[in-house]
Amino acid sequence: MAEFGFTGIAALVIASSFWVVTARNLVHAAVALMGTLFGVAGLYVYLYADFLAATQVIIYVGGILVLIIFGVMLTQRISSAVLLQTHMPNRPLAGVVVFFLFMGLTSLLFRTPWHEGEQVMPESTVTIIGTSLLTKYLLHFEVASVLLLVALLGAAYLSRREDG
Amino acid sequence: MTSFTDSLTGWFNGLTWLPDMSPAIVAVFVAGILALAVFTFMSLNALVAVYFERKVSAFMQDRLGPMEVGIFGFRGGKKFWGGIGQTLADAIKLLGKEDTIPADADRPLFILGPFILFGAAFTAFIGLPIGWGMVISDFNIGVFFITAITSVGVIGIILSGWASNNKWSLYGAMRSAAQIISYELPLGMSLLLVVMVAGSLQFSDIVQWQEDNRWFIIHSPFTVVAFMIFLVSGVAEANRTPFDLPEAESELVAGYMTEYSGFRWSLFFLSEYASMVIISLMTAIVFLGAWLSPVAGILRMFGVPEGWYYLSGPLWGLFWLMGKVAFLIFTMMWFRWTFPRLRPDQLMYTAWKVFLPFALANIFFVGLWELLLA
Repeated sequence: MAEFGFTGIAALVIASSFWVVTARNLVHAAVALMGTLFGVAGLYVYLYADFLAATQVIIYVGGILVLIIFGVMLTQRISSAVLLQTHMPNRPLAGVVVFFLFMGLTSLLFRTPWHEGEQVMPESTVTIIGTSLLTKYLLHFEVASVLLLVALLGAAYLSRREDG
Repeated sequence: MTSFTDSLTGWFNGLTWLPDMSPAIVAVFVAGILALAVFTFMSLNALVAVYFERKVSAFMQDRLGPMEVGIFGFRGGKKFWGGIGQTLADAIKLLGKEDTIPADADRPLFILGPFILFGAAFTAFIGLPIGWGMVISDFNIGVFFITAITSVGVIGIILSGWASNNKWSLYGAMRSAAQIISYELPLGMSLLLVVMVAGSLQFSDIVQWQEDNRWFIIHSPFTVVAFMIFLVSGVAEANRTPFDLPEAESELVAGYMTEYSGFRWSLFFLSEYASMVIISLMTAIVFLGAWLSPVAGILRMFGVPEGWYYLSGPLWGLFWLMGKVAFLIFTMMWFRWTFPRLRPDQLMYTAWKVFLPFALANIFFVGLWELLLA
């Protein structure tokens, strides 16, 4: 059952990400991205990272993807524009690079001694994440908060009316 | 806390006349039954809520509402339940309607849109309890799960608005996206406050906290403010009047659902009424003590020993929670016939300049309150 579910989710991720890069219509590509993001959330669930999975859905699907679709949707005549790149002089070189990258990653996949954990999964991941964020990783947490604050201020400044 | 999934799985495994089945097949059966149950619940809810809504609006406008279609001879004449079969007849009519797709619409997305919206509302019911132990799965990130999954629905709205290839639909979709994303923030912040106090994201823990202490709405002045912000933002999330700009009929025909008919339109309809129930359930569970009996709370305050008159127990819990939900839904209908629709700029003003600062300050003050007084 677990293997079957995992195969399904992996297939969803691969198929939808393939669709993202091959779709001729930008909105269709954005929608296909939803499948990929949901699939990744599903993979997190398989890793017992329930909180991370919900975060993935709320941030990537509920936030970023909505913004992407919103932006793409309002671009004029996006559905009639044909997204096709015809001038590709570096194609052979790119093929070689991609081939070696693929081979390298595949050999890495088989050579790595994958650690199979026997320890019992924690009852609640939220407590552990929260505690470590406010103790061990406090500095990182604060730096990220300041970064977000700066982004917020920047957005407020940009969207402010000139005469306001 | 037990769950429907556990008890159904146990019941399946206890059936001796069935051949031995692997746990996977049992899980599929259980999931299928529960999915069917949720779908039935959503349909029945829409059926009852529409009748309720029409009767409530009729009452508030001093008229009778639907009076003609009865069921099995219960015509009722000029009595209150006169049109009790009206929504059933409407539903049958709706399913018999021709399902049109505009020629210039983006076909796949036009078809996909309503299903995303419906799927989001449907999935949310997995984590929502309707009584003690009456939940499909009591996630330990329950509150967060509901917030995450309901935020997906807006994609369905945007897609169906865009794919319809109709300017009214697109306007509706744009307004809807702006509205839902804006109101998600105060909604989440108010929930965060409760999570801070209760110290858990799990619904059963939050209710347990309320049983041990007191309901969140009367816990501190800040939780009252949080309750108000939550309820109003919830009404906005459900696209209900006075926040129904995405489908404002006098401005945008029907907004993002203009081009839909028949079954696809009924999916929008089901999700809208389902989102009302989701918001009401969340409010009732998080702020109004979920399945805890108000009678028990008052009696315990006066030191009356426990007895049947406490009116608490699993079935009473179902009754109390559903009663609270019905009251909140009535409140939403009350809003609808009381307040005029907001302008888009007023809508954004309310979310970003009123609710968000208040919700943020609320988090700070409730932290102080808990540190100093609790």
